[in-house]
Amino acid sequence: MALFARTPVAPLEYSRTLWMRLWVGAVMIFLYAPLVVLVIFSFNDSKRNVVWRGFTTKYYEKAMGNDQLVEALLNSLTIAALATIVSLVLGAVAAVMLWRFRFPLKSAIDGTISLPIIVPEICLGVAFLMFFAAVNWPTDLIWPFNLGAITIAHITFCFPFVTMVVRSRLATFNREQEEAAKDLGASEWQVFRDVLIPHIKPALVAGALLSFTLSLDDFVITYFTSGPDTITFPVKVYSMVRFSVTPEVNAASTLLILLTVALTFVALKLQGVKAIAETH
Amino acid sequence: MTETARPIIQIQNVSKRFGKVTAVDNVTLDINAGEFFVLLGPSGCGKTTLLRMIAGFELPSEGKILIDGHDMAGIPPNKRPVNMVFQSYAVFPHMSVADNVAYGLKIAGVKGGEIKDRVAEALELVKLGGFETRMPDQMSGGQRQRVALARSLVMRPKVLLLDEPLSALDAKLRAQMQFELSDLQEKVGITFVTVTHDQDEALSMACRIGVINKGEVAQLATPSDLYEYPANRFVADFVGSVNIFEGKLTLDDPDKAAVDCPGLGKVYLNHGVTGPHGADVWIALRPEKIYLHVPGEGKAVKAAAQDAPDGYNFARGKIKGMSYLGDITLFEIELESGACLRVSRPNLSRHDQEDFTWGDKVSMHWRADSPVVLLG
Repeated sequence: MALFARTPVAPLEYSRTLWMRLWVGAVMIFLYAPLVVLVIFSFNDSKRNVVWRGFTTKYYEKAMGNDQLVEALLNSLTIAALATIVSLVLGAVAAVMLWRFRFPLKSAIDGTISLPIIVPEICLGVAFLMFFAAVNWPTDLIWPFNLGAITIAHITFCFPFVTMVVRSRLATFNREQEEAAKDLGASEWQVFRDVLIPHIKPALVAGALLSFTLSLDDFVITYFTSGPDTITFPVKVYSMVRFSVTPEVNAASTLLILLTVALTFVALKLQGVKAIAETH
Repeated sequence: MTETARPIIQIQNVSKRFGKVTAVDNVTLDINAGEFFVLLGPSGCGKTTLLRMIAGFELPSEGKILIDGHDMAGIPPNKRPVNMVFQSYAVFPHMSVADNVAYGLKIAGVKGGEIKDRVAEALELVKLGGFETRMPDQMSGGQRQRVALARSLVMRPKVLLLDEPLSALDAKLRAQMQFELSDLQEKVGITFVTVTHDQDEALSMACRIGVINKGEVAQLATPSDLYEYPANRFVADFVGSVNIFEGKLTLDDPDKAAVDCPGLGKVYLNHGVTGPHGADVWIALRPEKIYLHVPGEGKAVKAAAQDAPDGYNFARGKIKGMSYLGDITLFEIELESGACLRVSRPNLSRHDQEDFTWGDKVSMHWRADSPVVLLG
């Protein structure tokens, strides 16, 4: 205790008490130890990747030279980008509709819109497999059209998340702002563009981040909807791991982590962290 | 003003029902061009609904509203020649002050150069010159309200509607804004229609006040008429503080009248009231119009009350409560009848509040033109 506290600890300064620091430390280890191990072992100079045998970056070269892995990564990013854009539009429109208008079957739609979040992924995966088989979805299209099935599946489970965050943001909207804009001469569309969209912008950024990461790391549903030419990154990693856990897998995963962290960072910077925190 | 007054807003037999609730009940009233009109009433009386119907955010269930002679039926809010300052100010949080004020002009398609000039002019008018690039979250509530005011005034509306404009400000700022709003209204010459539940606000700012009770107009009058000549018990009680006693009209001549109140005693008035003889009426007496004396000042009381016959306009009692408010002291006096009378007394010298204390026996009188007889 004396080691940390030079001045007496005030009643509400929990962050300066020893037990709180130990607890936070334990949580951090629990959360991040596996990731740290993954990153460290990506530099391991060993084929089996069980014991540490020295530092090397050759597995990074190997991973980036692995055409199949790079192709899978490219597929994943393409799917994630497409799914994010469509989910954003679909989700935001659904949220505004449910918030703004009254229409028949509204409560039914309200209740079922988040179903893709609740339904177990494995069931959704099987459902998509059956569905695309039943409608005879073409599998021999050229890239990127061959990613259509996976993208559609991803949109299905991504857009309810967008709807959720946008709706919670809309709940804090002051309707007087809408009336003020109308009072100043704005049409419905101008109100939407000038007042409502700026208000839900943080939720749109949060929704986009959610969609992108959800799509990027989805394995179960993708596994059921991907064909031989449409391997995504998680599916590829899984198939590599089935043979052996080499540092190459670690290296590829580390790169993916870096990529998502960087994207998140950029998005937060663009929007301002405070604004995103406001949505929750 | 009364002879040459030109109505800018005509509300004709307007009712508004929300389901089974009647918010506004057959209201007819004219608001004149260039006046500062205040709709005053307790919360839930329908005054805001009335204002929102003028702005176009609610549609009347019955009746019609004319602005500058044109029927507003079917005209949406964005096409009406009125602008509104909202209770929450509704300043757009993602726009700078200048962008907020310029918004309506941009929508209207005004040219860039003119927008700049008019925005600067409007901000100058509300004393926000130099705040152009500020964001609303960097401003105080009072400043945000000024932005909302400028945003509406810049549109040069025929009528400016203000919904409880001062309710969110602290007392000092509120008093200051009351003066500023009156000044502003005189300067721009635009008709202001304000909704408030605060009688001080209404009295200090308005040319005319419409008191609304349960969706109906209880009285339409200038501030001083409203205060000194309330039309009914609701208005007398709602505007200012008042003592109300039930009584019977015993004398009613053109030049004098008398009311016998079991609670207060005999009340004499130096004017007629044209009420049926023996009718049940109410006497309203403002606390500041009652003079307080220590017992033994009997002669002085008699001399002061000489505008009424002996035994009239006079009461005795005991001080039951008092509260010192600095400028005045409020007394609650238990009369011999057991009823309570509120009396206020200005502290004209620094020691006036020491004249009386709890339990003191006191006598009171009032002038023959002070009581108001209310028939309803």
